[in-house]
Amino acid sequence: MSLFFTFCGFTAVAFVILITVFLIISGTPAIAEIGPADFLLGTKWASTSSEPLYGILPFILASIYGMAGAVILGVPVSILCSVFIVKKAGKILSPIVSSVVNLMSGIPSVVYGLVGMMVVVPSVRNIFSLPDGANLLSAVIVLAVMIIPSVISVSETAIRAVPPEYEEASLALGANMTETIFKVTLPAARSGILASVVLGTGRAIGEAMAVMMVSGNVPNMPGIFKSVRFLTTAVASEMSYSSGLQREALFSVALVLFCFIMMINIILNLVVKREKK
Amino acid sequence: MNTAVSKKRKIKCSVLNGVVILAAGIICILFTGIVACVLIKGLPNITRELLFSKPSLIENKIGIWPNIMNTLYIIFMTLIVVLPLGVGAAVYLNEYAGNKKAVRLIELAAETLAGIPSIIYGLVGMLVFVQFCSFGTSLIAGALTLVIMTLPTIIRTAQESLRTVPDSYREGSLAMGAGKWYMIRTVVLPSAVDGIVTGCILAVGRIVGESAALLFTAGMANEVIGFFEAFEPGKSGSTLTVSMYMYAKERGDFDTAFAISVILLMLTLIINLTAKFTAVKLKKGDK
Repeated sequence: MSLFFTFCGFTAVAFVILITVFLIISGTPAIAEIGPADFLLGTKWASTSSEPLYGILPFILASIYGMAGAVILGVPVSILCSVFIVKKAGKILSPIVSSVVNLMSGIPSVVYGLVGMMVVVPSVRNIFSLPDGANLLSAVIVLAVMIIPSVISVSETAIRAVPPEYEEASLALGANMTETIFKVTLPAARSGILASVVLGTGRAIGEAMAVMMVSGNVPNMPGIFKSVRFLTTAVASEMSYSSGLQREALFSVALVLFCFIMMINIILNLVVKREKK
Repeated sequence: MNTAVSKKRKIKCSVLNGVVILAAGIICILFTGIVACVLIKGLPNITRELLFSKPSLIENKIGIWPNIMNTLYIIFMTLIVVLPLGVGAAVYLNEYAGNKKAVRLIELAAETLAGIPSIIYGLVGMLVFVQFCSFGTSLIAGALTLVIMTLPTIIRTAQESLRTVPDSYREGSLAMGAGKWYMIRTVVLPSAVDGIVTGCILAVGRIVGESAALLFTAGMANEVIGFFEAFEPGKSGSTLTVSMYMYAKERGDFDTAFAISVILLMLTLIINLTAKFTAVKLKKGDK
């Protein structure tokens, strides 16, 4: 029996290796053929034209802008809300807000995409009087909403883990509760909160379906009111009809995305490790 | 002077307080807004015909019965594979592994898997199961892709609840002359069943909500498939989320898309409540 359990134990490791190997094997030929510099720094993606160009800089920048925008919009609200849940809400409100957040994290991403498509996109179009509202801004708004639950759940745990002695000491020195929360509790929980931000970053950069529905999906160099295509949506949108070098280039895009995710994972691990010390 | 400072302090504190309450308010309003929007636009479109028939171009009608069945098949297929695998891994980590480095390596791998976005799973699932194992775009390829995706969830929840089983249970069982496997089967696993069930429910939640990983692995067909047919390679079928995406993005049929969204939201609610309920109930049962 112990052999069976050992086998089960190492399947997770095997899966990680499998994913990495398959992505590298299928992702590198196109990069080699196009040339790493042309591929990563090329500003034009025209995979279906007669002289195809495969530059993915627009996708990389769109992903980074989208992620940064979502973090800037979503993280402050999430951290303040986790403060509310832990410290301010009291016995009745706290479980209610908590379950709202839980339910939010369970809503499928396509539903966020659909609501974004029907509500956010038209509003953006009307407010800024644009011809089309499917642009980077809409994507950022939808992503910001989508990362809120995961950021809250991690930073909530971090705030709860602050020893009550810290707060008691601050209160005993004459600070009131609000000052204590912002000057003692939050700084003491900062590595956990940082971990929640990194987690949110990972969520934002990896989201595909919702972004696909609201970002317009045109491979432009990103601008706030331009239709953009992210790394994730580049893979999803052309995969079904691609072939040859175009298909291989899509695998390379996925490989680049995978590298981003791995970097974020490593940062997350470092943050968590530092907290443990 | 003194009063001026404390006035400043008071204003600052009430502003900060206000911001905190505002943030929580914003999130609650967002949630209610999303739910209300989906319910208002979706509920009127849910009909008996939509739920229990299959789509037909000739009769010009739309039904999501095949998609509901496909979702159930995929949940079933994924769980029967991932459950033994994930629980087995957790048992290994908690009961068998002597080497700390091995434990760390496996935990690191599980964390890495949990962080990989679903579109990458979809792509790798397509490369490995659809092409390499030549299952074709099929429910089975989709389910196997989801196995990799939900594995970390099962491992983590099972491991957490195995940890809470007191060592005295194990020692008691071993002292009575039970072998290690007998001890795990009769004492450890039954005491950890709450975590395993919670893990299953969470996994079901992820499967129901998943779309990007299934788009290229399980395909987009809307045909009714029998239970045993579903296990055959090459039988493609779209789950509720995938079909919802297709209706909204490719066909512009937002009425159906919102109707499916209502069903998805209901499922989310049910899954959430059951997870909470089982966690509470099973814990009480222990005492």
